[in-house]
Amino acid sequence: MKIAVLSGKGGTGKTFTSVNLAAAANRATYIDCDVEEPNGRLFFKPEGVEAQSISTLIPTFNAGKCNGCRKCVDFCRFNALVYVKDKPMVFPEVCHSCGGCALVCPSGAVTEIKKVVGSVESGVSGNVRIITGVMNLGEASGIPIIKAALKKSGIAEELTVIDCPPGSACPVMESVQSADYCLLVAEPTAFGLHNFEMVHELTALLGKPCGVIINKADGEYLPLDKFLADHKIPVLCRIPYSERLAQLGADAEIAVKCDADMAALFHTLLADIRKEAAG
Amino acid sequence: MESAVCVSFGRAPFFLLYDTESKTENFVPNTAADAQGGAGLKAAQLVVDMGADTLLTVRCGQNAADVLVAAGIKVYKTAAPTVAENLRDFAEGKLSVMTQFHAGFHGRQ
Repeated sequence: MKIAVLSGKGGTGKTFTSVNLAAAANRATYIDCDVEEPNGRLFFKPEGVEAQSISTLIPTFNAGKCNGCRKCVDFCRFNALVYVKDKPMVFPEVCHSCGGCALVCPSGAVTEIKKVVGSVESGVSGNVRIITGVMNLGEASGIPIIKAALKKSGIAEELTVIDCPPGSACPVMESVQSADYCLLVAEPTAFGLHNFEMVHELTALLGKPCGVIINKADGEYLPLDKFLADHKIPVLCRIPYSERLAQLGADAEIAVKCDADMAALFHTLLADIRKEAAG
Repeated sequence: MESAVCVSFGRAPFFLLYDTESKTENFVPNTAADAQGGAGLKAAQLVVDMGADTLLTVRCGQNAADVLVAAGIKVYKTAAPTVAENLRDFAEGKLSVMTQFHAGFHGRQ
């Protein structure tokens, strides 16, 4: 079973939730798809880490073979190519590596070359396999790294927890696509709710069953409760803000390993998700 | 000619192609204005293809600037609101060459 953990707004507790969920299971795979800032490894401290380099393809142009027909420029829907002074120019950070320019070129002037954009690290922490997508600094798109990281998901019978990037754009869609269940981490603030509504719309669009964990749940925030009730989104648990949890986080400790209450909470949460996903 | 110069280069609805010798004007629709992404690049391509040698604009992104530089097009920063005022200022040598290009807005405002 694959559970994607997402929130919209950053800092609501996606990594906290994902790490503890994976650690609460007997055997699990934890995949960090937040490739711009993969933090799960700070808690798991995986051993035996092996890195696999991830590349995308970027076109290069043989000016001698180019006949100036501009079919490549016209084809590129991302506008990554321009034709200036009788030669094509490519803007690698705009290119989506679709390979279309090489296909439409009638004179074989386009060659695709590999460009390293990041890596996927695989390691082990106790009973949890730790997969970490890491994007190189300055790169624009983490999608190829997320795709490669997700290929390392565990078998269907075992639990795979996907720690998604913040937001609700392409990297989140990519991370969520293969999930059986979406666990939405909500924060009872106006900003949190605003972005929560966006990720909920995304999961609804993708037809994913989802449930909510309300983190830092101090007091009531009625607009969030109303939104959840109106959209019939089940609230699986509420975790009140506590200084102890903040301290454990700052010390890079995994709460379920140091706190019996948290261990009980996450075991129950996992069981509830299994029930929800089955029903 | 009395309309304001659009604050966006890539997503400006029209470009005015103005011939300073014959004093003729020609408004060209910007086909890049509704591009999902890479509007600046596509707009720069259009300006290159129009045969312009100078661009007057409020602001311009780095990618578009790279294309314009490669094509040998000079970029000047507009100072006054309207098209006519900027053409006059340019003719009098009052506009300065643009040296600062933004990193692109890419969907943000």
